[in-house]
Amino acid sequence: MNRSTLALALAGSLATALAGAAFAAPLAPEKMVGNEKCYGVSLKGQNDCAAGAGTTCAGTSTMDYQGNAWKAVPKGTCVTMKGGMHMGSLAPIKS
Amino acid sequence: MEFTASQHAFAQALLHADQPLPPGLTGARGTADEARFAVYRNNVHVGLTRALAQRFGVSEKLVGPDFFVGMARAYAQDRKPSSPLIIDYGDEFPDFIAGFAPARALPYLPDVARLEAAWTRAYHAADAAPLTLAVLAPLAPEDLATLILRPHPSAALLRSPHPVGSIWAAHQGTDVTPVDDWRPETVLVVRPEMAVNVHVLPVRDGLFAALLFAGGSLGAAAEATLAEDPGFDFGAALVGLLTLGAFAAIAQGDVP
Repeated sequence: MNRSTLALALAGSLATALAGAAFAAPLAPEKMVGNEKCYGVSLKGQNDCAAGAGTTCAGTSTMDYQGNAWKAVPKGTCVTMKGGMHMGSLAPIKS
Repeated sequence: MEFTASQHAFAQALLHADQPLPPGLTGARGTADEARFAVYRNNVHVGLTRALAQRFGVSEKLVGPDFFVGMARAYAQDRKPSSPLIIDYGDEFPDFIAGFAPARALPYLPDVARLEAAWTRAYHAADAAPLTLAVLAPLAPEDLATLILRPHPSAALLRSPHPVGSIWAAHQGTDVTPVDDWRPETVLVVRPEMAVNVHVLPVRDGLFAALLFAGGSLGAAAEATLAEDPGFDFGAALVGLLTLGAFAAIAQGDVP
């Protein structure tokens, strides 16, 4: 595709999309931003409260730190994830 | 001992339980106290592993708390925070998970962690007004192809061979539902205003978005995407990405 052909194709495609978006006049930013229903899949997430990561001042008077001395296998919600590698059967992993 | 050497010895003893106490470190009675230093060392590790658990909550749910603590401790063992801001701690955790043998059964876990890291970065990123569709109005058609769009300071694009957005979304409530549609996803994390948004982009727009985020011009990105997928709709993709607030600035590049 040469340069002018590409430019025309892009401009035409954009004009169509803008017309389809029905933005005859520029919208105020607050109306456009977050207006994502027409594009992509907006996922609902828990906001703010979990974002801290840094608010922790956790301490303990005991010692439970044992370095690498552990031999765990994943056993959380991964067993409910269909399409994952193991479909709920978790083989112990040598470590 | 010089200050830096002393500091280094202290950090080594802090991070590795098998290291001797830092020279010269004594309790009030003037003698070294292994037990007290061990409590201090433990507190540091508990703090770091809990910071990771807070930042990577979905990853923690996926593997369970016991496994996560073990993995987080293995990470913290060799990684001191490089910044006094603990919000930055764990930026390399996703890469660490990718090389962590016991987590190999969950090939999607590193990308889920990458999404979570991007979420926190977006949350704490600089505020900026996103570009709106209005910037496109005054452009001449021949200028369109050479334009370069700068991503919003909070924006991150994650292309994964796994449905990371769907997995992440499935873990936002208390009940975790299986992800039935197991397929690759391109996820955009962005905070155009006050709230962090996570979007799964249309499949055929993933490459285009990635090329733009890599600094490619509109023309180069569109051409490369069209070569892969003749049905790609440039206008819809560009309008869509702008509407989500993915970009913050526009520049004129040299190469079409």
